[in-house]
Amino acid sequence: MSEEAADSQASPGSASQDAVAADQAAASARPGDVLRVEHIAKRYGAVTALTDINLHLGRGEVLGLLGDNGAGKSTLMKILCGFQPADAGRIVLDGQEVTFRSVDHARSLGIDTVYQDLALVNQLSVYHNLFLNREVTRWPLLANGKMRKLARKYLDEMGINIPSVDADVAALSGGQRQAIAVARAVHSNAKILLLDEPLAAMGAKEAAIILDLVRDLKNKGQVSVIIIAHNYGQALEICDRVNLLQHGQITFDKRSSDTSVEELNEIVIAEYRRAAQERQRTA
Amino acid sequence: MSETVQRAPGMTGGKPAGPAGRNGGLGGLGRAGRLLMRQREATVFLVVVLLVIYFGVINSTGRSTFFTRLDLVDLSQVAAPIMIIAYGEVLLLICGEIDLSVGFIYAFAPYVMHFFVAYDGLPGILAIIFAILLVGGGVGWINGFLTVTLRLPSFITTLGTGFILGGMILTMGHGEQANLDAQVQGIGKYLGTLGFAEVIWAVGLLVVFHLLLRNTRWGLHTIAVGGNITGAREAGINVARVKYGNFMITGVLGAFVGIQIAFQTQTIDPFSAGAAYQPMFYSVAAAVIGGTAMLGGSGTMIGAFLGAAVLAVLTNGFNVIGVSAYPLQIFFGGAILIAMIANVQFARLRGEGRAR
Repeated sequence: MSEEAADSQASPGSASQDAVAADQAAASARPGDVLRVEHIAKRYGAVTALTDINLHLGRGEVLGLLGDNGAGKSTLMKILCGFQPADAGRIVLDGQEVTFRSVDHARSLGIDTVYQDLALVNQLSVYHNLFLNREVTRWPLLANGKMRKLARKYLDEMGINIPSVDADVAALSGGQRQAIAVARAVHSNAKILLLDEPLAAMGAKEAAIILDLVRDLKNKGQVSVIIIAHNYGQALEICDRVNLLQHGQITFDKRSSDTSVEELNEIVIAEYRRAAQERQRTA
Repeated sequence: MSETVQRAPGMTGGKPAGPAGRNGGLGGLGRAGRLLMRQREATVFLVVVLLVIYFGVINSTGRSTFFTRLDLVDLSQVAAPIMIIAYGEVLLLICGEIDLSVGFIYAFAPYVMHFFVAYDGLPGILAIIFAILLVGGGVGWINGFLTVTLRLPSFITTLGTGFILGGMILTMGHGEQANLDAQVQGIGKYLGTLGFAEVIWAVGLLVVFHLLLRNTRWGLHTIAVGGNITGAREAGINVARVKYGNFMITGVLGAFVGIQIAFQTQTIDPFSAGAAYQPMFYSVAAAVIGGTAMLGGSGTMIGAFLGAAVLAVLTNGFNVIGVSAYPLQIFFGGAILIAMIANVQFARLRGEGRAR
């Protein structure tokens, strides 16, 4: 841990507050963490998307990853799900350093990403979507009856309320669809779920389905979750801990119970103010 | 969790913030959708029945020849090739592709069979199997390679490979008909020489392909690829393999039908380029009339079977009642357009038209 602290002090963070927060992140890491991300950096040509990311995720923990547009949330997500490699730094999964070769590789190691509304096939039923590419078969045919029964069981276990597993997912609401996508990931033996803006464009009732689901997962403690979110209120509601991403660095790491929407807003507003001042100075 | 129970928004297409539907809810909508789906096939079936009644009973002055054995043989021989090729096109259309070259595969395969027997001395059964697999599978693979690996639209890919095949048939066959070799005639009886052989194959393959589409991983993955290609990739489905496979299946079916036709007509005919498009257009039309969506994601084999029956009954009916065949294609065009309008409206109703 000591060398990490030294590294993060040498990091090119602009405000000293950044370096301090990174230190805090490193310091609060525990050996039981299911995932640790150390000094991840990523550049796209001349643009530095991530300068020095340090974060950790405890077993059964729900971590909120907050930040403005362009702060680097999606870049970090793409690295964590194996979509693209980082330029520097390391990812430690269950105490072992890993290099993701692809999304499939990351998934096989237990990191599964749930994209907003993207993963389901409208033309297929709920249970076929749940078992897509992991179908139960009685060769050469599908064991539809068995899948139907299992789907019902899984959904009931997870407290997801879908009237009929035979319904086409096209007929479901946004929250229900998202819930099915999460259920699919959980039952493909994911250890870590990355939820990309799970609540975007969702009404309160819809969001409640997902909030409940995540809370449920948390209580069972088998899955660790990273949620990317815009809405601080919703994030604090379900996350154990929140990290704030600014300019490619994590500048804030607190337990949800130790912070508030006001504090998070203030930090972001301060950033806007700083940016405005800088513009005036250079103009 | 119970307080968050959401009924599906009625016809609002699942918009999250839309007013919650108080009508029917989820199960009802799903049931209604499936009923409509069944109804759509039922509608096509009804059209077939009405056409048969029209041509066979009402429009017959005195005795109709429609129900005589010869005409039923004729009818089945017109319908069967369209049906069999349509099964392949349904798979391709569902996964978002099309094969325009299948008519040329159909014309090419019998030549290859002939060459295998005449020049390579292969036994009849092997010549037939090799011709079907090599020509159908080979051209299908090339179509897949150009479309999937080199990322050309399949409309263009198969247009190109079709022309090339058409040219190859004329070049290799010197533009002349070839005779069926004695070595293949024995097996040929069961493929196409006997009157009802083809339609029996068509019905048998209907069962096989219906099960393939509805009850196997392959069918499920084909629908997934056409319905949501990103989602299919997300789930780890090998999208390229599904598309390659369906091109090859369609090619094999086309080659099989081509050889059947050779036995039926007892000759191997170098189709003119125009004529080779006909089986393909008819089979795509049959798929569309039967409810297969051109945009991918949905379609049924039974629908394609019935769609082919509509086209065949129309064709034969005009012959039977002795009306000029000239206006026939007007009816074909009308049938396709009506089916397409029904499909689009149906899709809109189900809310599938929204962004995927």
